[in-house]
Amino acid sequence: MTLTVTNLEVAYGGVLAVRDVSFTVNPGEIVGLIGPNGAGKSTTLHAIMGLVPSRAGEVALGDKSLRGRTPEAVARSGVALVPEGRRLFGELSVEENLRLGLAARPSSAGVAEDFAEIFELFPVCEEFKHRHAGALSGGQQQQLAIARAMMAKPAILLLDEPSLGLAPTVVDLVFSTLETIAERGIGVLLVEQRAQRTVALAARTHVLANGELRLTLTPDDAADTDRMVAAYLA
Amino acid sequence: MSEFLRDAIDLQVQVDAIGLGAIFALMAVGIGLVFGVMRLVNFAYGQLIMAGAFAIAFASERDWPVGVGIALCFAVVLALSLAMERVVFRPLRTQSAAVMLIATFAVAFLLQSIALLWFGPLGKTATSLVQLNRPVEVGGVDIRKITIVAIVTAAVCLVLLVALLNRTSIGLHMRAAAIDAQTARLLGVRANAVSTVSVLIAGALAAVVAVMLTVQFPTVTPTFALQETILVLAGVVVGGMTRLLSATLGGFSIGYVSGVLGGALPSAQSQYLPSLVFGLVILVLLLRPDGLFTRGRGLVERV
Repeated sequence: MTLTVTNLEVAYGGVLAVRDVSFTVNPGEIVGLIGPNGAGKSTTLHAIMGLVPSRAGEVALGDKSLRGRTPEAVARSGVALVPEGRRLFGELSVEENLRLGLAARPSSAGVAEDFAEIFELFPVCEEFKHRHAGALSGGQQQQLAIARAMMAKPAILLLDEPSLGLAPTVVDLVFSTLETIAERGIGVLLVEQRAQRTVALAARTHVLANGELRLTLTPDDAADTDRMVAAYLA
Repeated sequence: MSEFLRDAIDLQVQVDAIGLGAIFALMAVGIGLVFGVMRLVNFAYGQLIMAGAFAIAFASERDWPVGVGIALCFAVVLALSLAMERVVFRPLRTQSAAVMLIATFAVAFLLQSIALLWFGPLGKTATSLVQLNRPVEVGGVDIRKITIVAIVTAAVCLVLLVALLNRTSIGLHMRAAAIDAQTARLLGVRANAVSTVSVLIAGALAAVVAVMLTVQFPTVTPTFALQETILVLAGVVVGGMTRLLSATLGGFSIGYVSGVLGGALPSAQSQYLPSLVFGLVILVLLLRPDGLFTRGRGLVERV
């Protein structure tokens, strides 16, 4: 199913944080969303998830509108968010964190197979499944956060700065995992600060500044740093 | 003083104190569970118990079988709990702690006033289970049957609750919502379902407490269980509100301490009991403001 965001507008106390933002995320496709701090990237994700109300526009998954729904209803309709800072339940075990990912599913049919599949994709989750999530390293926690979102079997996976604070080799791992996830037919919307890497990975990368979409880049632009810098400064 | 100490360690006083602690522990779980999931201090918890006690008295005065009285007690308390959750707690869930606390004060006094209008200040008498006050001799000590029933029931309820929290998915969802409600909702945990279930469990525990308290205090008035609730609220804070376990231990401790002091104080000086207990509460709060049974930091941002 395709995630369609049309003319989205979000305001905080009268101040527009996001204005007239439109984009789509198709199944199996990675779409990037980059821009400076405060550009409205996280706000866009929060509006999609129903964490903040949108003032105008439309958010739809397939032909079903998500606008005005509660976060749990959005999650249950097939959109999973890997939040900024991971937001794991540190005092619960790795396995319990993964089981919480099942909350968005209508039934728990086929859970054993799904655990096996997730453990194959994220071996670290199996190795430490009885450990407290809070005892994992930053990179392991990020993998767990993505694995937890994947347990929901989402149609669309949203990620809010998954590379934040990670070592370069771990970033490589996370980004290659996102490719694998997209190959399985899941649409991925990647919000990032690492502009160049995101542009190289994503089919399309939208540059957001001051709450507006300024520019759309393709992997061919990844080497063209001038254009990206200009987009940031626009 | 030596007489005081001798009475305090008297086996019978000890057993009664543990029995009271067990009942208070159940109340602490009821208050702590709802606080954990909704961040709401339910001051009206005592009035749920009062309503359940009136249900038992109502059935008892009509000579209905004991089972019917207990069933009526559960039905009344659960229905009231659900109504409270839907009409007051749920709409106020996003409001500040102060707003929610005052709202539960209002509910508490509303229910108390309704009880006063319906049953009068003298209340009703619940006699159907008083035979449980008769003692049985265990190892040379006379123990009232209700004390044994209270301890066993509390233990069974706590084991069932721990199993529910640790072994079922709704239990996992409740624990997650208690730690970080927003993230739980983002994962698809239904906030309404979680709060309904926790309020219903708290209600069921209130009904259990109502049954056991009416055995010991058969005269049911509109202020029934009010003092106990205030003690338990103090116990929950003293133990540590942020954890169900520490809140439960706090509830047990304040019941136990009240029981021991009550048993050891000569009857002529029993009016000093509340001042003694609350003096201790203040002392503990000054020494351990985060809770007697919490480890290290208190309310911290969990990442």
